[in-house]
Amino acid sequence: MAKVVSIKRTLWDALYLPSIIKGLGITLRHFFVNTFTSREIETLRYGEWDLPDYKDNPAKPEGWRGKKKTRDLPDRHRGLHRLMKRPDGSARCTACMMCATVCPANCIHIEAGEREDATSRDIEKYPATFVIDELVCVVCGLCVEACPCDALRMDSQQMMKPVAHRDDAVQQKDQLMSRGATSIAVDGGAGADWRNEYARLGDARQIYRPDRSFSDDPIGYRIRNTDSK
Amino acid sequence: MAQAVKKGDTLPQGLEVTRRPLGRQRLDGVDLPTDEMVLNMGPAHPATHGTVHIKLTLDGEKIRQADVNVGYLHRGFEKEAEAHTWAEIFPYTDRLNYVSPMLNNIGYALAVEKLLGISAPKRAQWLCMIVGELARLADHLTCMAAQVMEVGAFTPYFYVIKCREWIWDLLEAISGARLTHSYVRVGGVAADMPENFDKQTIDIIDRITKVIDEFDALMTRNRIFMDRMMHIAVISGEDAINYGWTGPCLRGSGVDYDIRKVHPYLAYDEVDFEVPIGINGDNMDRYLVRLEEMRQSIHIIHQCFAKMPEGPVAVDNPRVMLPPKREAYNSIEGMINHFKLVVDGIEVPAGESYSYTEAGNGELGFYLVSDGSGRPVKCRVRPPCFMQMTAMGDILRDHLLADIIPTFDTLNMIGGECDR
Repeated sequence: MAKVVSIKRTLWDALYLPSIIKGLGITLRHFFVNTFTSREIETLRYGEWDLPDYKDNPAKPEGWRGKKKTRDLPDRHRGLHRLMKRPDGSARCTACMMCATVCPANCIHIEAGEREDATSRDIEKYPATFVIDELVCVVCGLCVEACPCDALRMDSQQMMKPVAHRDDAVQQKDQLMSRGATSIAVDGGAGADWRNEYARLGDARQIYRPDRSFSDDPIGYRIRNTDSK
Repeated sequence: MAQAVKKGDTLPQGLEVTRRPLGRQRLDGVDLPTDEMVLNMGPAHPATHGTVHIKLTLDGEKIRQADVNVGYLHRGFEKEAEAHTWAEIFPYTDRLNYVSPMLNNIGYALAVEKLLGISAPKRAQWLCMIVGELARLADHLTCMAAQVMEVGAFTPYFYVIKCREWIWDLLEAISGARLTHSYVRVGGVAADMPENFDKQTIDIIDRITKVIDEFDALMTRNRIFMDRMMHIAVISGEDAINYGWTGPCLRGSGVDYDIRKVHPYLAYDEVDFEVPIGINGDNMDRYLVRLEEMRQSIHIIHQCFAKMPEGPVAVDNPRVMLPPKREAYNSIEGMINHFKLVVDGIEVPAGESYSYTEAGNGELGFYLVSDGSGRPVKCRVRPPCFMQMTAMGDILRDHLLADIIPTFDTLNMIGGECDR
């Protein structure tokens, strides 16, 4: 059962040079492979290179070679939160506080409001404020699993951007909704079953593909002018 | 001036001429006795990766005594766990051994399942084995990369850390996060593996096999590396057991004890793998055991994909798992079930249990006490590397100052796990 892996130092090892030559062979092979294929080596940029400013004016350092791209994030990647919308554009959230309850970091703050103009068919409750502090968030995804109406998701495919001030990482409801998309998870339709959502929805998953435009999302990319403070 | 002394000569200040078992003789009797010096190494020493304080009593370059003080990364995991429901603790377990978080997830899930008296479906167990062995690979790769870096070989570090990136990409694809996975749940896993995950994994572990072979050829038979690692920090099997060692460090001392083999959990009794052991219990053997364990992990992952059954990945028990989202959206029963589970947590029957799994460093144990409510009364972690750190002062005695860092790494102290 057990396999003994110990080695003894032999005379061949004591000669020192054979293993050094062998090791140099390996490192030299890496050196030559990397030298002659460096144009094929992909340079992975950080997430903020995806932002419009960088896309339009990609700053190319001197002597920059090789392919450049940002990392492809998997479908399940837990990124910045987003609030999903009803077909009429309002937030799906009903301020039931499930996400705030389950959150181990207590980073979600919701204040419920009531719609005055609601008819009997409408849902009256809505979140008057919905704030997520992305710096406190531990990105565990439990809030998404706890949401009983597919209102909160983390599949925005956007990583947290660096912020100049901590306040900039506190996401308000409009920022969260700006990343949101229309969800149809209601009326017994294509329920957004988190566990096999993508497998079952097939083509309909396009609905859930994140909106990758960054233009209306100021999070993390707002550098405050220090003079105006 | 400095006169060579022979074995048997009596020197002042109790310095005696010793002869090491094999190989190393460079200090024997050639250094002059000096005044003892106390040196504080750490807690934030650039060469130790982990905040640990070692109070050294040095005689020249020789260590007379080393007092290891741990606890600088204490974040109160065990107390914090008492304030959360059973399911909410998973993100905290990610931060125990932050080099292989998936193994902590598995260890904790198995502990709660033991208390509940349930077990995850077969497919979830095999998935746990796959991601667990991937995490073990990442753990050992990191440990060995740091080992060779600390004895001065910086190039292999990058070859090996590249492999760890591939593994993290895989784990991100299956769980959604590179490091803090929170993937395993009580009674299953969060999601089945994504499309093409098996092909990607096999492709990547084949690439990793090549890198491990390259790393082996580059380092193992290198005389400088052997001189730095062999017969350093020797501990016998009996001593290691008495100190409570487990895992690769214990196996390096020649004790054939692997929890996956001796007390199989998940489906480890259905896969074929060998337990590597060393003989001398020195740094070299601990290195070689980890090297071979990575090959065995790759062997296990290949078998897992071949043998993994189809089926659900979460237990069909409304008291444990959240209902499918379709039910939570569309039926009042599902909605109530969902709310009760989130607000009250899983109601684990009153009692206590100790569950232990083979994590990257050894036996990761969770001792849980429940009073029947949704939160644990006590959640105690048995961190494997804490036991190894208790012995570090003893096994380093009469070694050189420069031997601390490689030894510290082969013992593989992970601050998050050791200090909780």
